[in-house]
Amino acid sequence: MENIVSLKDLVVEFEDGERILKSISLDIKDKEFVTFLGPSGCGKTTTLRIIGGFLEPTSGDVFFEGKRINGLPPHKRNVNTVFQRYALFPHLNVYENIAFGLRVKKTSEKEIVKRVGEMLELVNLKGFEKRSVNRLSGGQQQRVAIARALVNHPKVLLLDEPLGALDLKLRKEMQTELRKIQQALELTFVYVTHDQEEALTMSDTVVVMNNGLIQQIGSPTDIYNEPVNAFVADFIGESNIVNGCMPEDCVVEFMGRKFKCVDKGFDPNETVDVVIRPEDVKVIPAEKAKLTGIVESVVFKGVHYEMTVDGVDHKWIIHSTKAEPAGSMIGMDFDPFDIHIMKKTEEE
Amino acid sequence: MKQLRVLSLPYLVWMVIFIVVPIIMVAVFAFTTSDGNFTIDNISNVGQYANIFVHSIWLALIATAICLVLSYPVAFYLSRMEKHKQGTMLMIVMLPMWMNFLLRTYAWMTLLGNNGIINYLLGLIGLGPFKLINTSGAVVLGMVYNYLPFMILPLYSVMQKIDKSVIEAARDLGCNPVKVMFRVIVPLSLPGIVSGITMVFVPAISTFIISRMLGGGSNLLIGDLIEMQFLGNAYDPHLGAAIALVLMVIILAIMTVMNQFSPDDQVLI
Repeated sequence: MENIVSLKDLVVEFEDGERILKSISLDIKDKEFVTFLGPSGCGKTTTLRIIGGFLEPTSGDVFFEGKRINGLPPHKRNVNTVFQRYALFPHLNVYENIAFGLRVKKTSEKEIVKRVGEMLELVNLKGFEKRSVNRLSGGQQQRVAIARALVNHPKVLLLDEPLGALDLKLRKEMQTELRKIQQALELTFVYVTHDQEEALTMSDTVVVMNNGLIQQIGSPTDIYNEPVNAFVADFIGESNIVNGCMPEDCVVEFMGRKFKCVDKGFDPNETVDVVIRPEDVKVIPAEKAKLTGIVESVVFKGVHYEMTVDGVDHKWIIHSTKAEPAGSMIGMDFDPFDIHIMKKTEEE
Repeated sequence: MKQLRVLSLPYLVWMVIFIVVPIIMVAVFAFTTSDGNFTIDNISNVGQYANIFVHSIWLALIATAICLVLSYPVAFYLSRMEKHKQGTMLMIVMLPMWMNFLLRTYAWMTLLGNNGIINYLLGLIGLGPFKLINTSGAVVLGMVYNYLPFMILPLYSVMQKIDKSVIEAARDLGCNPVKVMFRVIVPLSLPGIVSGITMVFVPAISTFIISRMLGGGSNLLIGDLIEMQFLGNAYDPHLGAAIALVLMVIILAIMTVMNQFSPDDQVLI
């Protein structure tokens, strides 16, 4: 697969000297579903706007199919955008909103009828042609926005938190639907979200961003199972993150106790972040355990119980199918490969 | 809500006494002679001033068109500025309105006069003198100068509500800046265009001070004609009322046509 969009050392600096992007380099492959994931202000939308042509980077290059496209205005780029709050044209009905891009390009009426018809079918809005967009539900507006972008047959579709305004059930439906559309049309989707679950379920590749820097690029499985640092681990699902150090290879010390792990290659006694997923904490009888804590609260989450356990310096989050009563003392243990050791990030 | 309705009562009373009743009186005057008998002579006599009507409508239309062309880009530019700068710019736009209307127009007399500042400056480089004052051009200039803010404000207030992302969507879908203007901004600012045109055209067509100060004898407008019937030598309030009534009908007709271009939920009258 070849790269369709390449970003090289993008930096965006605002007039007041604030750096929104510090140095973003990324290759996006053709027909790939890429998601930029990160908290608000991390630079994910800024990066998307640079690809769309709405923002010029202070420095760095943008390539589209190998050609440098810095300075090319949005209307000359072969990408289309689904905007955060849809940005439909309030003076046009559903049909004319979808036909807008084709009319601008002076497409023949016959072709417009055909392509808008296809789109209406694709997004399940047949019969809504004459409806004013102001009288559509959020989900329907969303579909119009998607159809309006896709009707132009872009090579890349940019989506800026498109499901943010929808309720949970509709979001789940649209997630599946968007993924289906992407695969059926064999398009490249670049998707921005702050919702880690959305990123993990839809994407081929997840790009985790924070503070204007890419933290990790990888498949959802990689990102979840092998986070490269404490930020990614914490952002992708809940995690227990504690300070530790590495007295020797395959041994980590935290909270005054030594545990076996599978990581090596650290400096002797290097301080590290120790990350353990809530579901990887094994509950054992207190008297047999190196680490103990008192159960503070138990919440039933459907598949499992979520317990908050007060250790010495850390409140542990534990997911277990068996609940221990609040107030009881429990012991905790971990399998060596469930203990993730991460180098401290230079920043923060 | 019911209690609040009571608060609108003072204005309702005011409206009946000082708006509705006078309009009825104007109509009564227009259809009566000085002895109080019914007549349509007043109305039919308006016909002999047709040329003044045409001239007034023509000058008001030109002034309105110039205001629209000048204001549109300014209003758009204003609406896209950073919020805190918009306030300052808007104040500058409004600034002339703080100066007395007569004084403003009088200032133009001294600028445009045969021995005025403009002719003096042109003379220094060997041009002129030109006849600037007492021309139709001077009247139109006076109208544009005085009524420009009334065009900018409604345009600005409508454009300010156009979401930035809608403009970005248009660019994203293939519009160059000109196409963005005509396919998105103009249709969405139509209510502002309609109300701006109304706010400039109506005072411009009925003005009498601007034409008297800047237009000289050859630029008699409807406003002057009406004034002459009430305060001038040609004293005839019944003819004056008839002219006023005809003017009202013309304005009403024009506004009805204008409203056809406005979305249904934003009708002006």
